[in-house]
Amino acid sequence: MLIGKPPAIPSSEITPKQTYLNRRKFLAGAAIAGAAAATGVAFRDLVDPALTAQANAKIDGLQKSSFSTSENQTPYKDVTNYNNFYEFSTDKYSPAELAKNFKPRPWTVTIDGEVKKKQVLDVDAIIKMSAPEERIYRHRCVEGWSIVVPWVGFSLSELIKRADPLPKAKFVEFTTLYDPKQMPGQRTSVLQWPYLEGLRMDEAMHPLALLCFGLYGEELPNQNGAPLRIVIPWKYGFKSAKSIVRIRFTSGQPYNTWQQSVPNEYGFYSNVNPNVDHPRWSQAKERRLGEFFKRPTLMFNGYDQVASLYSGMDLKKNF
Amino acid sequence: MNRLRLTKIAIFLAALIPLARLVWKALHDALGANPIELITHSTGDWTLILILTTLSITPLRRITRQYWLIGLRRMIGLFAFFYGTLHFLTYIWLDKFFDVHDMLHDVAKRRFITVGFSAFVLMIPLALTSTKGWIRRLGGKNWQRLHRLIYLTGILAVIHYAWLVKADLRKPIEYAIALSLLLLYRVGVWLSNKAPHV
Repeated sequence: MLIGKPPAIPSSEITPKQTYLNRRKFLAGAAIAGAAAATGVAFRDLVDPALTAQANAKIDGLQKSSFSTSENQTPYKDVTNYNNFYEFSTDKYSPAELAKNFKPRPWTVTIDGEVKKKQVLDVDAIIKMSAPEERIYRHRCVEGWSIVVPWVGFSLSELIKRADPLPKAKFVEFTTLYDPKQMPGQRTSVLQWPYLEGLRMDEAMHPLALLCFGLYGEELPNQNGAPLRIVIPWKYGFKSAKSIVRIRFTSGQPYNTWQQSVPNEYGFYSNVNPNVDHPRWSQAKERRLGEFFKRPTLMFNGYDQVASLYSGMDLKKNF
Repeated sequence: MNRLRLTKIAIFLAALIPLARLVWKALHDALGANPIELITHSTGDWTLILILTTLSITPLRRITRQYWLIGLRRMIGLFAFFYGTLHFLTYIWLDKFFDVHDMLHDVAKRRFITVGFSAFVLMIPLALTSTKGWIRRLGGKNWQRLHRLIYLTGILAVIHYAWLVKADLRKPIEYAIALSLLLLYRVGVWLSNKAPHV
């Protein structure tokens, strides 16, 4: 994968996670002391409480992947504290805190629809289906920002092959957990719950499509979609469904949640495309978190190898 | 020192807190993962809050019969303009980096930018004519007429907010309700003034 511009920040300038956390603690301490001495309450929210990142279990035996980019990775604290996860909140800084007590185990995934055998699988059985790989992917949000994340997982196709879909299965639909007790955002009607996403079968079978259960070499933090999600790097972030409880094979095209919500703004395909603007904003550029200048957005987010999936399709119509 | 002077000093200092918070956060690496977005949202929010605050002065002074409150209105209005300017500068400097072509394209094509930009531009004549000299030059009646533009600015600013959110309209709706109440009060006053007094 060739990237046009040299990265704007040398990797030597990226703060290591541990240093960062220590500095955080020091700052938090200093600020709390200051707040107590001065006006108290007014200063308390200046200190970010969410940034006490919990350490998750390490995932051993990670294999490198040729799909990985060598671009600078977005720092762990940003990947885990800036999350669009409407099941918890529409505020991106809130899921880290609100998902703290979320229970990613025990967890099962229902596999049904057009398959030979419907089954309910334990998430840990799914995770063991294939060797875990580290895949460093660009991730582009429909809002116009992007990150680079070292995800952990394996190709979604590994699971699909084992699920044994019938020939009439043309699409795969993913359902996120619905549990308003654990997910406070679901007590609002900002979106229709549960969250649904879908892929065409050939998209889902593409080796780039990742079934993901970790990042930065550890188990997925709750706010990033624990315990199991998909990551579709050539599509806008909302296509990458989180906290999946059901994978259903269908003959008809799934009606994904964002499409239901605003059909003229969010389509089924939602491929990253600098030439097709969101009706209300441009998609030509993006802000990579940590960079000052915006950079041009690449077709299919730079994953040109998927272009053949869409040959002959009008991508303006099929946005 | 009288009550008005003291209140003005207090409000002056209070109105600087949102800016001070941003500066504090910037110096302490606490602006989060997407600092430009945070600065944009924060300055935008405070512009709206201050527009609504200046619009609430008139109802407040009439209802509470604290007529001296009118003395606060200009300063709060100018602070609304101040945060609106910061919001606008964040957009052209940090977001667009003075790319005039890109900006003009945005203003013409992105309706939420169009209305936001209009809301800001409409505040400029109000800020310029906020002095005693200009009130005298324009005459009270004309001056008042001109400054009713703030109603339009408020409406455009709320639309600007509603049009930029993805799905969660709750905050824009809160602002819209507050603005409607403040504007309805004026309609009510206007109607009761029009009605023949017996």
